[in-house]
Amino acid sequence: MKVLSLNFLSCAVKGCKSSSDSYPLHPKDAELVQDDIEVNAQLLINLLPRIDWTALTTTATELGFPALPPQAPTPEELEADEAKLKDLHHLLMETQIMEGKLVCASCGHEYAVREGIANFLLPSHLV
Amino acid sequence: MTKPGQGAEGDAVAAPPVAITTAATAAAAPQAAASSAAPVIAPGADAESYEQQHVHSVYESIASHFSATRYKPWPVIASFLLSLPPGAVGLDVGCGNGKYLAVNPHVHIVGSDRSANLVRIARDHGGDRRCDVAVADGLALPFPPGKADFAICVAVIHHMSTRQRRQEAVRALLECVRPDSGGGKILVYVWALEQSNSRRGWDEGADQDQLVPWVFKSKTKTAGGGGGDTTYQRYYHLYRKGELEEDVVAVGGKVLDSGYDKDNWWAVASRIN
Repeated sequence: MKVLSLNFLSCAVKGCKSSSDSYPLHPKDAELVQDDIEVNAQLLINLLPRIDWTALTTTATELGFPALPPQAPTPEELEADEAKLKDLHHLLMETQIMEGKLVCASCGHEYAVREGIANFLLPSHLV
Repeated sequence: MTKPGQGAEGDAVAAPPVAITTAATAAAAPQAAASSAAPVIAPGADAESYEQQHVHSVYESIASHFSATRYKPWPVIASFLLSLPPGAVGLDVGCGNGKYLAVNPHVHIVGSDRSANLVRIARDHGGDRRCDVAVADGLALPFPPGKADFAICVAVIHHMSTRQRRQEAVRALLECVRPDSGGGKILVYVWALEQSNSRRGWDEGADQDQLVPWVFKSKTKTAGGGGGDTTYQRYYHLYRKGELEEDVVAVGGKVLDSGYDKDNWWAVASRIN
């Protein structure tokens, strides 16, 4: 599960959807792997406006990455700065959560991640 | 998840389309894992446990066999995915073995499926850990509202055994995508009732709720033939013409395009802002 995908996941509990605490989910006891993936600059630049930067900042910090700048880079900045592009690529595309949990700050439910796959099936009392 | 009539090995040896509830069918498939005596249509209150038996547990059991017969993307869906702008982020709800996750390398898709065994196959579609997938229920999706550019849902919603649940599933998809002004859209595929030219031969007037056998051929054949084949019964709701569009509208969606494609009805829809 790439860090990019965490930017598009929230708690599966219906009652949590309206709570801002249900997004992003918070990694806990996360074991990461780093894959070696070729940089797709155009993809990253086009992805940028779709990324919730605040949520990504939270995720990156919780995973032990150095703090991201408070503002997302502009597409022009990203295009002109190869180091910046590579850093973002590394965080979003190459970093994967393999084991651990994703925790909802609204209801407290912990979703298990095993072998890179998060399981969002809910126990009956949360459905 | 499921495609009839495309040379699926499992389907190829399935029983003809007879009423599944009859004792004759039960006798013809003595090793049925699921009880053939069960009513085809699920009582509403038990819809979930009915689907557990006649959908979820079946796919868990047949995952690898199913996946081996489902590798080719359908053209309408592939062209939908290839038409998306580069950098688009979307969802594949009921991604099965993940055959749509890597069709367009310039978009990012998060796949989900109710079957953990299928999700495991999907994760490695196109290479180790290539695809991002999660185990999730179509009626309790782990996606934030209004954020995805698109969502596809192929051969999934016809497995839900009440109309209310099928409509809720469409609603859940629409909720995940951007409002119409943001260009968000969904693509839904369901099995059609009108398929008189298919092997199963259903058509207008047939029962829309069916149990459809999947024969899992055992590799170890006995001398007498047959070996340990197992027949699983999957529940399907067969959509009549116009029904999918009705369901989209009923949950506040707007049909942008729709059509019929090889025994299936499909619709592209967006949210009404």
